[in-house]
Amino acid sequence: MWWRSASFILDHRLQEDPPNDIASSSKEPDTLSKLSPPQTHSSFMAAADPFNPIPNPKISAYYQTRAAHTAVVTSDWLAQAQAAVGHHPDDSPAPQTQLLASPSASGKSFCVINEFNNWRKQPDLAEAVAAIRALAAVIRASEATTMMELEIELKKASDSLKSWDTTSISLTAGCDLFMRYVTRTSALEYEDFNSARSRLIERAEKFGEISCKARRIIAMLSQDFIFDGCTILVHGFSRVVLEVLKTAAQNKKLFRVFCTEGRPDRTGLRFSNELAKLDVPVKLLIDSAVAYTMDEVDMVFVGADGVVESGGIINMMGTYQIALVAHSMNKPVYVAAESYKFARLYPLDQKDMAPALRPIDFGVPIPSKVEVERSARDYTPPQYLTLLFTDLGVLTPSVVSDELIQLYL
Amino acid sequence: MEARRASRTVSDPKVRHVGFFTPDPNPQPGWNPLASDPPVSNSLSPVIIPPPRQPADRTAAVPVPETGVRRQTGADQVPVGSYNPSESLLGSSPVPSSPSSRVGLAGGEFSEESNGWFRRSDSGKFASSLPDTMVERAPENSASAAPVLESKKSVEATGKGGKAVVEEQNEVQSSSKPLKAKTTKAERRALQEAQRAAKASGKEGNKSAAVSQGAAPVKPVKQPSQKKDGPPVSVSVSVSVVSFDKKGGDRPPEKERKKDVPAPRMQFDDKSRVQKAKKHAVVKQTEARNRVELFRHLPQYEHGTQLPDLESKFFQLDPVHPAIYKVGLQYLAGDISGGNARCIAMLQAFKEAIEDYSTPQEKTLARDLTAKISSYVSFFIECRPLSIGMGNAIRFLKTRISDLPLTLSESEAKAALCSDIEHFINEKIILADKVIVRHAVTKIRDGDVLLAYGSSCVVEMILLYAHEMGKQFRVVVVDSRPKLEGQALLRRLVAKGLSCTYSHINALSYIMHEVTKVFLGAASVLSNGTVYSRVGTASVAMVANAFHVPVLICCEAYKFHERVQLDSICFNELGDPDAIAKVSGRTDVNYLNNWANKENLQLLNLMYDATPSDYISMIVTDYGMIPPTSVPVIVREYRRDHVFI
Repeated sequence: MWWRSASFILDHRLQEDPPNDIASSSKEPDTLSKLSPPQTHSSFMAAADPFNPIPNPKISAYYQTRAAHTAVVTSDWLAQAQAAVGHHPDDSPAPQTQLLASPSASGKSFCVINEFNNWRKQPDLAEAVAAIRALAAVIRASEATTMMELEIELKKASDSLKSWDTTSISLTAGCDLFMRYVTRTSALEYEDFNSARSRLIERAEKFGEISCKARRIIAMLSQDFIFDGCTILVHGFSRVVLEVLKTAAQNKKLFRVFCTEGRPDRTGLRFSNELAKLDVPVKLLIDSAVAYTMDEVDMVFVGADGVVESGGIINMMGTYQIALVAHSMNKPVYVAAESYKFARLYPLDQKDMAPALRPIDFGVPIPSKVEVERSARDYTPPQYLTLLFTDLGVLTPSVVSDELIQLYL
Repeated sequence: MEARRASRTVSDPKVRHVGFFTPDPNPQPGWNPLASDPPVSNSLSPVIIPPPRQPADRTAAVPVPETGVRRQTGADQVPVGSYNPSESLLGSSPVPSSPSSRVGLAGGEFSEESNGWFRRSDSGKFASSLPDTMVERAPENSASAAPVLESKKSVEATGKGGKAVVEEQNEVQSSSKPLKAKTTKAERRALQEAQRAAKASGKEGNKSAAVSQGAAPVKPVKQPSQKKDGPPVSVSVSVSVVSFDKKGGDRPPEKERKKDVPAPRMQFDDKSRVQKAKKHAVVKQTEARNRVELFRHLPQYEHGTQLPDLESKFFQLDPVHPAIYKVGLQYLAGDISGGNARCIAMLQAFKEAIEDYSTPQEKTLARDLTAKISSYVSFFIECRPLSIGMGNAIRFLKTRISDLPLTLSESEAKAALCSDIEHFINEKIILADKVIVRHAVTKIRDGDVLLAYGSSCVVEMILLYAHEMGKQFRVVVVDSRPKLEGQALLRRLVAKGLSCTYSHINALSYIMHEVTKVFLGAASVLSNGTVYSRVGTASVAMVANAFHVPVLICCEAYKFHERVQLDSICFNELGDPDAIAKVSGRTDVNYLNNWANKENLQLLNLMYDATPSDYISMIVTDYGMIPPTSVPVIVREYRRDHVFI
């Protein structure tokens, strides 16, 4: 650090302060890592679930769900998870809901977050769709008599949803998208409040289909990019990418796929499993073998948790390094993402996002003094991406911002 | 041959006057008529092309006999009337002619083969051009030509073909020098038609079609292929423009187009225009003695001489409203600086002027007021060149004036305009700043070390606001001579209790290690993402980029401009050279005391520079945080928004 001290006096002063900070902040990892060694995901699931409506701030609900849907399922984990889900309904409508959900919701039997959680359980349903369905449920349950009231109610609901899980980009994007739709097609067009309302509900119902259709569109668009004899590197478990590869296999394309393992939830194993079912030749790599195998690879295919305004993506941890390696070896990096994952976010660097943490199981006890990097995602800047396949078309990263501007402004 | 050379030398200065409306600051005036046409000729070379080193030697290589043939072609073209035939002729100009024409005109390398080629091609051209004149629609015939082009790069080839014809026309017209303004119109019209036709002609062929259609698109495409020969090309084209005029029968409806073309920027190396401008000038400027050669196209005047003179004139109040006069003087004296402050001062002066305005007899408010405003603007420009934001504000005001319904009474109209101006100030500047602050603050985290360069009021607001919010961060204020604006910023920041480090730009690479984010203001953001800002910004951004420190540009959207600028030479402002020659408070630094008397010394005090978009991570604007690639979207989507409700 010696070279970082041009204004060293200030640094000094700062260094005198931080000890408290460090002490306080280091305590928390301590407790957490004390938690972590003995228990595997199962106990984490259990630990997290009791607070379900207020997720543990240290653990990203979004990535937990992802893990639950796409990670490799061990038997004991499954048992625990089911147990957790089993007793979930018991404690979920509990007082915490009222704490968090806006006061308006507290009086009613209905709560957005529960609704959202119920939808979220379906593995095939995207988070954004779940969010929109939850908001539709709000409309249904609402006793508002004017459009303005409804809008305010929706706003509150979407805010509480967003703040419930700040780590989920598609949740935020889904809420924003729906709110946008509501405010754009406000009562002006429908003289009748009820028709407007039913229209909104209908729209929300349709959204699920749209999301499925988006995957189909993306799969069709990307077919031109998969040529016979190519080798595709895939990272993480992405439903869109799976759809793409499935379609390619159905079109009798000859290609092989390298799957990274995708530690710590080992989503790659699951992915390779799915591909093997399709008779696509698959090779599993450990995450650190990416650079080693990159010269055999013709293209990198990844999904995205969120596409941000710069045109970069936020995706499962490890995407950035794969993109870097691919970029340095001049391999194209393709991102498959539905347009509802476009978010009005602009991270400047890796640390510029709300941290999304998740438990990591190292298999052996980790001493409490050892810090563990538990972030679940990273940000890949646009200059490392070649193209984005979205339901709006095949886009270069810079177009994302254009679309967002047109969508939200 | 003689005729041609003569024509060039004569036409050259004349073409300079053509003075076409173009935002292109390219100092080569031959370009101007074309620079304004949108897609192809986006004036890709901002490089200053030296005055035509006419390729007398090269043209001399061209065999003489051709001229006769050409004259003939020309002769049977001209009488045909409108430019249509000539256009189709351009389109049809056959492939074989292409290489020759290049050789004939410009291709020094090919000079040996030139004879044979030229001859062959010329006859070919002649042969084919005649039938083609009858063909109405050029696209078809160019499409038919397309397969033939396969051997060469089709675009290039046709480009040259077109040029050959151009050149030939130039010869035809060489003796008669027509008026300039008209010519450009006709030429543009031709160009427009060419483009329309090109669009119609469809997919692949259309490129070559567009190129071969008119003289204008020909040039830019060709340009890259023979960079060395800038001047001859442009000259030949502009002369072709002249020839177009001869034939141009119908005049296109120019008015509405002229409106959205920004006013021409004066090129100060254009002597006659400068003379003309001086006649109307209120401010009497004396030209600086040792003008910097590379920047001759920019105004370079002695600084500090005009102020007393102007102040004495204050009570004469002849052409200019006192409010305007006051603000102008403040610009001149440097009392008002900073893009926003200048813009607000200008708008408020306009407001006062409008309030005191009364329409003269037998004039309409819209027209007369626009003229008034224009004269005020030119007064401002004399005091100090306008910033781009001010240009946008003026454009806004003028559209508001012209959009006024005729039914409005004078007082109503004035009230409407004043409220519009207020609206603009509030919405586009003051509120925009607030929104920018709100956005930018989200990017400041505890423990950050922020670097600010110079003094930008938005950046200052951001820092203060973040401090008020209780964020723990440190500021590095980087400053540079001669203005040392950073000191003022530093003083204000320190007064508010921020912890600051002050450094000069020389120490930038040293201090950059500890910086986590760079916040910069901008005078303007151009549509290729280039940021035009206080000189030194580019190097700050570059160093930050080299250290992987994110660079955030904070700029209100009213300063965005659709122009593209690649360097900081074409358009810039020159400050007082004395400012860099002297160090205030240091009498021992007197090495440059009599610099003005030294013939071989020129001092360059640039005011702005252009930061390429590669160095910029984010632009924070009132529409949110956007990547520099999205500037054109904002410009496109919200240009009409400038004319709000």
